[in-house]
Amino acid sequence: MANRGQNNGRTALLLFVVVGGMVGLSFASVPLYRLFCQVTGYGGTTQLSENTEPVKISDRTIKVRFDSNTSPKLPWRFKPVQKEMTVRLGEQALAFFEAENMSDTKITGQATYNVTPYKVGPYFNKIACFCFDEQVLMPGETASMPVQFYVDPEIFDDPNTREVKTITLSYTFFRSENEDNPEQLKDKTAPKVSGRVISQNQIN
Amino acid sequence: MANDAAAHDHHDHKPPFWTRWLCSTNHKDIGTLYLAISMVAAIIGGSMSWYLRLELAEPGIQFIHDFQFYNVLVTAHGFIMVFFVVMPAMIGGFGNWFIPLMIGAPDMAFPRMNNISFWLLAAGFILLLLSAVVGDGPGTGWTVYPPLSSSEFQPGPSVDFGILALHVAGASSILGAINLIVTILNMRAPGMTIHRMPLFVWAILITAILLLLALPVLAGALTMLLTDRNFGTHFFDPGAGGDPILWQHLFWFFGHPEVYIIIIPAFGIISQVVSTFSRKPVFGYLGMAYAMSAIGVVGFVVWAHHMYTVGLNVDTRAYFTAATMVIAVPTGIKIFSWLATMWGGSIRLEVPMLYAIAFIFLFVVGGVTGVTLANASADLVMHDTYYVVAHFHYVMGLSAILGMFAGFYYWIGKMSGKQYPKGLAKWQFWFFVIGVNVLFFPQHFAGLAGMPRRIPDYPDSYAGWNLISSIGALITAIGTLLFFVVLWRTLTSSEKVVANQWGEGATTLEWTVDSPAPFHTHEVLPDMTGKAPAE
Repeated sequence: MANRGQNNGRTALLLFVVVGGMVGLSFASVPLYRLFCQVTGYGGTTQLSENTEPVKISDRTIKVRFDSNTSPKLPWRFKPVQKEMTVRLGEQALAFFEAENMSDTKITGQATYNVTPYKVGPYFNKIACFCFDEQVLMPGETASMPVQFYVDPEIFDDPNTREVKTITLSYTFFRSENEDNPEQLKDKTAPKVSGRVISQNQIN
Repeated sequence: MANDAAAHDHHDHKPPFWTRWLCSTNHKDIGTLYLAISMVAAIIGGSMSWYLRLELAEPGIQFIHDFQFYNVLVTAHGFIMVFFVVMPAMIGGFGNWFIPLMIGAPDMAFPRMNNISFWLLAAGFILLLLSAVVGDGPGTGWTVYPPLSSSEFQPGPSVDFGILALHVAGASSILGAINLIVTILNMRAPGMTIHRMPLFVWAILITAILLLLALPVLAGALTMLLTDRNFGTHFFDPGAGGDPILWQHLFWFFGHPEVYIIIIPAFGIISQVVSTFSRKPVFGYLGMAYAMSAIGVVGFVVWAHHMYTVGLNVDTRAYFTAATMVIAVPTGIKIFSWLATMWGGSIRLEVPMLYAIAFIFLFVVGGVTGVTLANASADLVMHDTYYVVAHFHYVMGLSAILGMFAGFYYWIGKMSGKQYPKGLAKWQFWFFVIGVNVLFFPQHFAGLAGMPRRIPDYPDSYAGWNLISSIGALITAIGTLLFFVVLWRTLTSSEKVVANQWGEGATTLEWTVDSPAPFHTHEVLPDMTGKAPAE
């Protein structure tokens, strides 16, 4: 009987460890999920290019359209300056968005982004983007927000993506949760996507 | 028999009432408590759905003017039916009652843990009911998707109460699952090898393993949602780097195995019943056992078929479509094996067998619509329509309930020692089975015509099928009422049943003990060495 009790206890302990492991896995899925999207370009997650030297520039061109959205809680007007541009594959391009704070308070915003069709995510490289940082706008202030990118020429070699003629780059601006004290938090929270922070000066 | 009769003489003194029912450590008493809470919850959850059908009988708004309240009813109906009706009855009720009896064990491995499993469930149920009366109630649907479930759209404490209710009920189920696994693995009678266990024991073992792997993921996701709502984290808030789609992945990683957790115990019951009333062992015993195992394994890698519309790329959708259809193979093995068991058998159409046949019919209907919905391309059209509502009510609602009724009529003699009224039980069967089909079959047509789910009002063009559906709900309600009449008539009956009331076909160990099963059973372990598989 004591033997059976011990066996039961050991089996139960093992099963509790399994439960603990599954709870751990569910929390581990949060960073894993982000990593998975970054590495695979899943769901139109764009790539962050460390390499400012352009890859080989192709003669083929592709059209890039720009889309902007604003959270209803963020009283900003946010628009792309150009509706679309045609770029050569591999060529670095610079596009501008414009944001205006329509309220009479200082507001911090943070943009999320993706590209459609989702499958071109792995080939859309951002070198610099306003979306890597939180953006602060004073009451009534208008700011120009640049994004520097190139489309990897390998997009044409991939049979799944070679028929793509138009890519839409989309941003949605949200009100930042850290706006009570943006200056202090900015350094800590800015690089949401990677360790690289790019200031506006560097781009301009 | 002789051993059990002796046990009856010497060991059948029961503790006094309060100790017996509040501090119970006896697997049969705890099983009875589970069945009782399941019936109470079924009345509450069922009444909610009848109220919804009343509102939906005609276009326009007649009864439910507060749409948040409509959503609260939809949400509570789902939660109650899944977590507080089907799971307690199947796993806690029949599992507790019959697993020790069928494997020849004197009780569960951890009787006191068994007690706390039950009372955690009761606490969870009370928390869930409280969530409806604090604030506006949780109007999120049972899937609790953010951002709808975030503090922005569901302010107030209701959703938090709901989350805590699921946490507590989840802890209850995990403890219960551990108890069942340890009991089945370590406490089988001599000679009762894994490959001789009755299929109901197999079903509960697989279900418990699924619970153990799936529920902690729900607990993790719910904790993230709770901290998002109350403690300033941003797991699911895109404005701060989170992603609401992560919730859907986590929820359905739990949610898809959950639908098998609900239906696999019913598979087990149906196997026992079909075998007993065909007076034959189940056709393809090992195939049946491993088909259930395969359903459990594949069930963990198909979750994104609930998420075809979130923007998965085409390769991912192709994978989930194919993987989902693979489930039709082990399910088909089970259906055909049941038919092959009946083929050439000496069939008796007692009420449990009627329910088993109805189960097979309804499960096939739900399975066919499931294969339709598994196609990512077709699902884009039918996503969130009544077609989906009809599909999952057939496979996990009706099939599970029919399985529970089959189990009830099969085992009530063993549990109570009394004979159920056979004629009335047949009326109950026909009312219920005709009712649920009139209720849910038209919803396929409404759904194909585009009627969205979770809405209190709809365009006039859907009026016809909705009226028929609501009439079906009324017939189902009569069938349900009749069940409680049957229950009352059974418990107050003076007609006793013998130890093996089903005779030749009933070969499992629970039929070797007296009816009603004595307070303590199998104190001298039965020896199964060298005997044929129980099924």
